[in-house]
Amino acid sequence: MTVTPQSAVDPMLTHPCVLRAVTKETPDTFTLTVESDIGEGGSSFAPGQFSMLWVFGVGELPISISGDPAKHNQLVYTVRSVGQATHALVSQAVGNSVGVRGPFGTGWPTDGARGKDIIIVAGGIGLAPLRPVVYHALSNRKEYGRLVILYGARSPRELLYRKELAAWARNPETQVLVTVDYGGLGWRGHVGVVTTLFKYARLQPTHSVAMVCGPEIMMRFVTRELETHGLRREDIYLSMERNMKCAVGFCGHCQYGPYFICKDGPVFRYEQMRPLLEKYEL
Amino acid sequence: MENLERIIAEHPFFEGLDSEFTKLMVSCASNVRFKTGTYILKEGDPANTFYLIREGNVAVEVFAPQRKPIIVATLSVGELLGWSWLLPPFQWKFNARAIHDVRAIALDGKCLRTKCEENHDLGYAVLKRFAQIMEQRLEATRLQLLDVYSVSR
Repeated sequence: MTVTPQSAVDPMLTHPCVLRAVTKETPDTFTLTVESDIGEGGSSFAPGQFSMLWVFGVGELPISISGDPAKHNQLVYTVRSVGQATHALVSQAVGNSVGVRGPFGTGWPTDGARGKDIIIVAGGIGLAPLRPVVYHALSNRKEYGRLVILYGARSPRELLYRKELAAWARNPETQVLVTVDYGGLGWRGHVGVVTTLFKYARLQPTHSVAMVCGPEIMMRFVTRELETHGLRREDIYLSMERNMKCAVGFCGHCQYGPYFICKDGPVFRYEQMRPLLEKYEL
Repeated sequence: MENLERIIAEHPFFEGLDSEFTKLMVSCASNVRFKTGTYILKEGDPANTFYLIREGNVAVEVFAPQRKPIIVATLSVGELLGWSWLLPPFQWKFNARAIHDVRAIALDGKCLRTKCEENHDLGYAVLKRFAQIMEQRLEATRLQLLDVYSVSR
């Protein structure tokens, strides 16, 4: 079951938050840390949820929360600079204010996964909304079985959180497998798409929950691979992405079949998404 | 020989293969090692061998003039390296380099081709396994070509 926490504040009200740090992850991707009192007295978000970030005078963007859910006084976002608004966002100076609405949407099934292995499959920037799950699972290690992380990126320089990936791999009962589509000569890791990592993964398919985030094409192939390896459809979850504007299901911009990605998602059970993923019109 | 037979039988590529066929293949097999950085096979050279990787990693590379070689795939423990020995003109199409020290079983392609011609049941069993690997790698290559993580997507 996915988590659907409710925001205590007016969902349309932008909350000004001070930008405390900007870290360059890759040539075009940055991680922003903002100070937040949204979660005072409890966790500010559920892993998998997103916020609407407002760059004053430029526009508003839906960005997944990529930080540690146990850190209540801050929100962390990993943003790829691909357009005017994202470029403006990552170019903000530390100390500036950024508008934050949310958090919104459903989260990953961290409660439903208790006692089971967690299989995380991420592609490119898709690792960002899954990082809170990793933090949560590692801080509550005894509550979960094995943690298997399969991560693919375009090239070594486009890998997110490289130091953390190495650190996660040192944890007990944690397997981290990383691959790139194009490796340079200096790269001594794996080259190939993320689905080629499955043959090295130590999986217990009937005792696992899989959480997948990345480009839709990748997710289609990954779900196929998970099923081939014996994962049940009801144990597979996907994070979907569409053009989200209001974030509360009013405007309809992010409608995907019978669902609003912002309100009913972004995390869905694979069973819900499967018929839609096969529709050319969507 | 007994040891080689066991290793071949236990390698994932030949999992479930009839023990009679495994016995036939042992006479074409030998243990090999490659140090890190060594080229195991080179584009254009005669392809007379294939390898069952037991330890280490191998980069499959394409040589591009005036550029550094491009790694198109990596192969690891339990995987198979090389199928050009199976089809004419029996020449390698890529380079393969040991990224980490490699231990493998080398199977003499010429020897195995002869045995497959003599015993078509063996030939069919071997070909079925190679076809599956080819299908898996073709799918992976197609996905790779889609460049799914690019900004334009």
